[in-house]
Amino acid sequence: MKDAKESAPRTEPIQSATFSTSINAEIRRAAATGIYDIRGGGAKRKVPHFDDLLFLGASMSRYPLEGYREKCDTKVVLGTRFAKKPIELDIPITIAGMSFGSLSGPAKEALGRGATLAGTSTTTGDGGMTEEERGHSKMLVYQYLPSRYGMNPDDLRRADAIEIVVGQGAKPGGGGMLLGQKISDRVAGMRNLPQGIDQRSACRHPDWTGPDDLEIKILELREITNWEKPIYIKVGGARPYFDTTLAIKAGADVVVLDGMQGGTAATQDVFIEHVGQPILACIREAVRALQDLDLHREVQLIVSGGIRTGADVAKALALGADAVSIGTGALIALGDNDPKWETEYQKLGTTAGAYDDWHEGNDPAGITTQVPELMERLDPIEGGRRLNNYLKVMTLEAQTIARACGKNHIHNLEPEDLVALTLEAAAMARVPLSGTDWWPGKPGTSF
Amino acid sequence: MQTYDLESDGLRGLNSSLQALAGSTNKTQWNIVNPRGSHAIAVGLDAPIEVNVKGSTGYYCGGMNKQAFIRVHGSVGPGCAENMMSGTVIVEGDASQYAGATGNGGLLVIKGNASSRCGISMKGIDIVVHGNIGHMSAFMAQSGNLVVCGDAGDALGDSLYEARLFVRGSVKSLGADCIEKEMRPEHLEILTDLLTRADSDARPEEFTRYGSARQLYHFNIDNAY
Repeated sequence: MKDAKESAPRTEPIQSATFSTSINAEIRRAAATGIYDIRGGGAKRKVPHFDDLLFLGASMSRYPLEGYREKCDTKVVLGTRFAKKPIELDIPITIAGMSFGSLSGPAKEALGRGATLAGTSTTTGDGGMTEEERGHSKMLVYQYLPSRYGMNPDDLRRADAIEIVVGQGAKPGGGGMLLGQKISDRVAGMRNLPQGIDQRSACRHPDWTGPDDLEIKILELREITNWEKPIYIKVGGARPYFDTTLAIKAGADVVVLDGMQGGTAATQDVFIEHVGQPILACIREAVRALQDLDLHREVQLIVSGGIRTGADVAKALALGADAVSIGTGALIALGDNDPKWETEYQKLGTTAGAYDDWHEGNDPAGITTQVPELMERLDPIEGGRRLNNYLKVMTLEAQTIARACGKNHIHNLEPEDLVALTLEAAAMARVPLSGTDWWPGKPGTSF
Repeated sequence: MQTYDLESDGLRGLNSSLQALAGSTNKTQWNIVNPRGSHAIAVGLDAPIEVNVKGSTGYYCGGMNKQAFIRVHGSVGPGCAENMMSGTVIVEGDASQYAGATGNGGLLVIKGNASSRCGISMKGIDIVVHGNIGHMSAFMAQSGNLVVCGDAGDALGDSLYEARLFVRGSVKSLGADCIEKEMRPEHLEILTDLLTRADSDARPEEFTRYGSARQLYHFNIDNAY
């Protein structure tokens, strides 16, 4: 009897979808340490994204352009609303703000070199402007952040544009943190703080509190810089319609909209994964705000957060953006998370592709570190070359798609060139679900 | 003496004229009349000139100042002398919020009272307030000196770094990680100098010094609020 019972078929062990292996591991980690997880990067969870959209290409009603021969312009001008000296870019892909401190000096130099070779701009970050970056960046956007670390009028005037950071996609409503192990003497000096302490970057600006104040702050910045510099306002993907509207009201020349896939140097994992919206859900709402104010294309829109390929670029522009911005992709092009460092990633308890403890400063690739021996691993000239190549490929890919859709300028891509593979993406992008002429919320239809 | 009528000649003309002055200029004395609460008056200056604003101003008067001596013969709106690098700004009246915010250097003197967040995120500026200051002053203040001849409001010095705070009167409450500290001779020396330069007759020994307990310098979850 006992033998028969033991040999009877048993229910297969089933892992809980709710209490998954990774969730359980996190519960055990929390129970052991009593502290939340801090990491770098953007949202890792799967969210509706550009992969859920497809271009239709030319057909009976659309006339394509010839491969790589017929002109498909990629130039972008940013800051045409008020600035005396708008920025002119050769490509619609910019490099997002990343701080010196979070990144090494050679990494900042490499970003400047690559961006300049590609004919685009790069952006400072918390902690001020470094000579490496200014010296190697033909066009440099200077971030104006709540911490005001390193802020001064001379660098403000040396910049080609000013980006007022209200929020970022990885942590809308959150400040920043740079842990003590990355606070070298140089980083501390630029931030006017003691060496080796954990540095907190404030979550809100110290001298304005809302769009009415911000309008006056922008007046001051324009007065200090002779009304020459385009003023960007960067917001996280929170309330894109209202945030864009208020940024325009405050006087922005350019709105930068960063979705939840956009990276950060360090913050709580719970913040990265549970606050903010995917960039796909934000673009059409921001464009709607611009159109409602009759300022679409007069105030430019830059979107970021999970831009990886030329297809992503083309889709973002088709939805109404003027340009995109990349951060994580640029770091990967420099060598971040490269499998050639796998042995060292494993020593850090991780693996290539998953390394996100950027805040700890032990980056084997020498990018998110201030340790001299690790920093030496990144050759800024080679890094710049690689970034330029990556930007070039993305641009060529976007042009390939644009030509196939019959566009002689990449800005002529439009929502009508797209369909969605999922209901969610159709609703967010407001393009038809593939195989239908309908999307959830389409005017005149019901769901 | 140069006189500029802000009402008739406009803000852009004023700031571009003042910003164009080099260290060797002989136009060192300026009177700005009819400010009428305008914003961004005398911002981004970078020359050793004296600017007298004959009335009250709006936001950000003297913002990002370098070298210039600016005296406001009235009260100032929010963010007076924000991010000042060097030079002197004297306010004969009261100051609204964020006076001296993120200032890196120079001296800001407020003869009246200052509102909330005075000296927020200060990074080396010296601020002397003859009267009282409002709540959350010196929030995340990094370095420099804040001297208050009157009383301080709630949460003084919250999340303070290395700035020194000196208060003669009462402090309604101290912010996170801000504590009373011993007044040593070197602090009395600093105070004496600042009070003299700010034209205050307060005596240094009447003040109490506050500073950072440095308990928040390294992230510790047990210190979370």
